[in-house]
Amino acid sequence: MTPTSATLESNFRAVLGADQIRPATPADTVCGVQPQLALEPSTEQQLAEALGLANESKLAVLPRGGGTKLGWGNPPSRADVILSTARLNKVIEHAWADLTATVEAGCTIKALQETLAQHGQRLALDPLWPERATIGGILSTNDSGALRLRFGALRDLIIGVTIALPDGTLARSGGKVVKNVAGYDLPKLVTGALGTVGVITRAVFRLHPLPHHTRSFTISVSSPQEAQELILTIQDSKLAHVALQSHLCQETPPSIDILFEGTEAGLDAQAARLRALCQSAKFAQSSPAVWNARQELWSHSDSQHAPVAQVGPESRRTVSLAAFSFAIAKISALPADLAHTVGLIRGTADSSHLHWKSLMYATGLGWLALEGPANNLHRALSSLRSGLEQRQGSLVLLHRPAGLPTFDAWGSPGDSLPLMKAVRSRLDPFHTLNPSRFLYGL
Amino acid sequence: MMNTSILDEFRSIVGDHGVISSPEELHTYECDGLTNFRVLPRAVLLPSSTEQVQAILRVSHREKIPFVARGSGTGLSGGALPVENGIVLSLARMNRILEVDIPNARVVVEPGVINLDVTGRVQPQEYFYAPDPSSQSVCSIGGNVAENSGGAHCLKYGFTTTHVLGLEVVLPDGSLVHLGGKTLDTPGYDLTGVFVGSEGTLGVATKIILRIVKRPECVRTLLAAFPSTNEAGAAVSGIIALGMLPAAIEMMDNLAIQAAEAAVHANYPDCGGLLLVELDGPLAEVEALMTQVDEICRSNGAWEIRVAQSEAERALVWKGRKAAFAAVGRISPNYLVQDGVIPRTALPQVMSEIERLSKKNGLRVANVFHAGDGNLHPLVLYDRRIPGQEEAALALSMKILELCIAAGGSITGEHGVGEEKKCMMSKMFAEPDLATMQRVRCAFDPMQLSNPTKVFPTPRLCGEKPGEYVPHPLESAGLAERF
Ligand SMILES: Cc1cc2nc3c(=O)[nH]c(=O)nc-3n(C[C@H](O)[C@H](O)[C@H](O)COP(=O)(O)OP(=O)(O)OC[C@H]3O[C@@H](n4cnc5c(N)ncnc54)[C@H](O)[C@@H]3O)c2cc1C
Repeated sequence: MTPTSATLESNFRAVLGADQIRPATPADTVCGVQPQLALEPSTEQQLAEALGLANESKLAVLPRGGGTKLGWGNPPSRADVILSTARLNKVIEHAWADLTATVEAGCTIKALQETLAQHGQRLALDPLWPERATIGGILSTNDSGALRLRFGALRDLIIGVTIALPDGTLARSGGKVVKNVAGYDLPKLVTGALGTVGVITRAVFRLHPLPHHTRSFTISVSSPQEAQELILTIQDSKLAHVALQSHLCQETPPSIDILFEGTEAGLDAQAARLRALCQSAKFAQSSPAVWNARQELWSHSDSQHAPVAQVGPESRRTVSLAAFSFAIAKISALPADLAHTVGLIRGTADSSHLHWKSLMYATGLGWLALEGPANNLHRALSSLRSGLEQRQGSLVLLHRPAGLPTFDAWGSPGDSLPLMKAVRSRLDPFHTLNPSRFLYGL
Repeated sequence: MMNTSILDEFRSIVGDHGVISSPEELHTYECDGLTNFRVLPRAVLLPSSTEQVQAILRVSHREKIPFVARGSGTGLSGGALPVENGIVLSLARMNRILEVDIPNARVVVEPGVINLDVTGRVQPQEYFYAPDPSSQSVCSIGGNVAENSGGAHCLKYGFTTTHVLGLEVVLPDGSLVHLGGKTLDTPGYDLTGVFVGSEGTLGVATKIILRIVKRPECVRTLLAAFPSTNEAGAAVSGIIALGMLPAAIEMMDNLAIQAAEAAVHANYPDCGGLLLVELDGPLAEVEALMTQVDEICRSNGAWEIRVAQSEAERALVWKGRKAAFAAVGRISPNYLVQDGVIPRTALPQVMSEIERLSKKNGLRVANVFHAGDGNLHPLVLYDRRIPGQEEAALALSMKILELCIAAGGSITGEHGVGEEKKCMMSKMFAEPDLATMQRVRCAFDPMQLSNPTKVFPTPRLCGEKPGEYVPHPLESAGLAERF
């Protein structure tokens, strides 16, 4: 029997003020599961203590930052308490001369970037929805965009972390300096762990300077094969580009965007070299807006009044979107498998009568939007996943449409699953945090 | 305890030639690059395949025999120091480069492969393996993974952990796991990230997937002479403030310069603070930035600036820098080497504090830094023949680490905690921090068999002190230098 929210509330009054506890509302629902209470601690200690209390009472806790990616992962098997980091939103320190920053987990990316920009610096990462997404959220979901090619992922940018463990321990690992090998690298453990080993309360990052000048170009090519060849040529060249992505979709021929940062003189020279590499391919300077492409994949799913969609190449009839479901998956493949991956997507989508659109990075990571009847989506996602896994890749479902039959969001971690389970149970033995949301019930 | 029947069992796994158990031969393995700690293992095993490693660990697990993996034994913190009555697993025979995949910029190696051989293999296609510890001509990739080794060029390119995408690991119970992979963001926890830098305490890496990097179009190296390390430090801040990310920024103080000059005649200017700045990338970019670096150095008081005009000049500049450590042997009979990190801005304050301590104790300290990332390598000079001086040098060396901690830094930037600094861990971390790391360790190694006595402080050993620095034979031979 679950205690009523009133008893629960009185439990938490031991560590939180009345204004930090409220009954959960339907707006707090996560993947259709409705928690009872929402907690908003304002210090790390409060958060750890509240978490400790919940753990003692065997309550399930869902940590929440900006709430932009709560739909990612599998639905929670239980949900009692939302633990929000909204009040932990300060940039604690910007040591600009040391190129580091310490920031609380609930701070939004935008707020952080604005602070850093005052000294001409940035967290060299382009995550989704920066106005609302928080540090804790992007870390837990390991979100990264096109800049990853040059600056690495969050795992390469985070240098220190503080986490609250379910037993109420507040533990620090890493530090405030860029170079540090003392102790285990737990910042990497929590990055991408979807909040299942602890709640991130603060993080320390290494920073990069904002670029003096940037320039983007778009190159049109005629086929995925040609896109792959050009991308591999660029990657194998001595160009110092910071991002490289290709748009591959059903209707239009592929195009490739490339981003340079540097001095004016340097950019001129790079542009000239790029032009030489591209040979006959159509080549034009483009607006920085091309780098919003990843986020635009989602705009479709958010809009109630989305335009009509086209389904299946052979059945080119227009249908109202309402009849369709929309899914977004993150794909990982070897960079030199681009054309093969696109072939796999096309074949699967066509045979399932799905509309598709994708954005692939030169790192081998990509984002795929699929649209069509929910059952067909399920079939296509399963077959795509197995196709990718056969070539050492993976598929993670991010946006899950309503009505999609049960589909594991993550895919297989292979023979390391028992070890991952052991790690989890050492840190969160009762599965207090985000129960069942991570892979294979982790 | 290990009896002869267990030794026979090991022989049946790795063959007679894969087992070393006679005391004379075991001496080779009694220490690593930190030569003042020595322990004789019960046996050294030399497996040549993952299956053999698994079979060995199944036996040691069953018999509760602790083990220590060993690469090339160049570690400087006692990481590969054997455990009494335990076995050493030398990975030296597992030294094949298994796969070179240029289009995907991946190389798959066995752990015994020597760091520089990876670059050697991809050099024709103009790629390189970026992490460049100065021991790179001898240290193994397995050791690099365990230590998360760095090098001068890690400022721009990142440490070992940035370049390891996946691992095959034999866990302490003999089971095999694959962490990460050739593609990015494999599902599940980033246990690759946890394993790298775990100093051999989580199992044995038997296969490593590395990322390689394309060589930049051009490289330029500048040498600037300043009145003191303070002005040189201010120039470094100026360079960073302008938004540059050089490939390397190295600094030496006067004592280190004198030593380097005595050893390799790098033709360094005799100054209080020497800066070495290397930029790489596209030609036009590098040239534009080099002009700015030149200006910043001058405006911070550099009285001599040289840009290496040829590959030979560049090599000489680096040779002097790399020789600095071993070279200290020319100006002092004994010395200790330390590895600490501070936020770069704390440099003037920490330097003056080191100077104060040095005067107070009557001991000279030479300083060599990876200035870009605040990694200090203070060398405490002493003469063992003078009673009490060794102890004073040890105490001073630990004091310097405390300064690093107080400045918000770390007790190790690249050499690891190992045996040497485990007692300093409780000064850097609080009990709950260490306990959390222990929980992770227990998930990998519940019986604590894998390099069990390292990294974490134990009361029994906490009274012990680290010891004098003895140059590694390679260093004396001029084949490698320590940073
Ligand atoms: C002259 C000199 C210069 C140096 N310069 C640098 C430098 O610039 N930067 C730097 O970072 N370091 C430097 N070092 C330190 C040392 O070279 C590095 O730590 C190196 O990575 C150690 O590699 P190794 O193969 O010798 O490992 P070892 O010393 O044999 O072992 C080191 C640790 O790794 C573990 N280990 C080894 N193989 C495996 C495996 N397969 N699986 C799991 N654990 C394993 C061991 O148990 C031990 O804990 C220098 C050392 C010397 C002597």
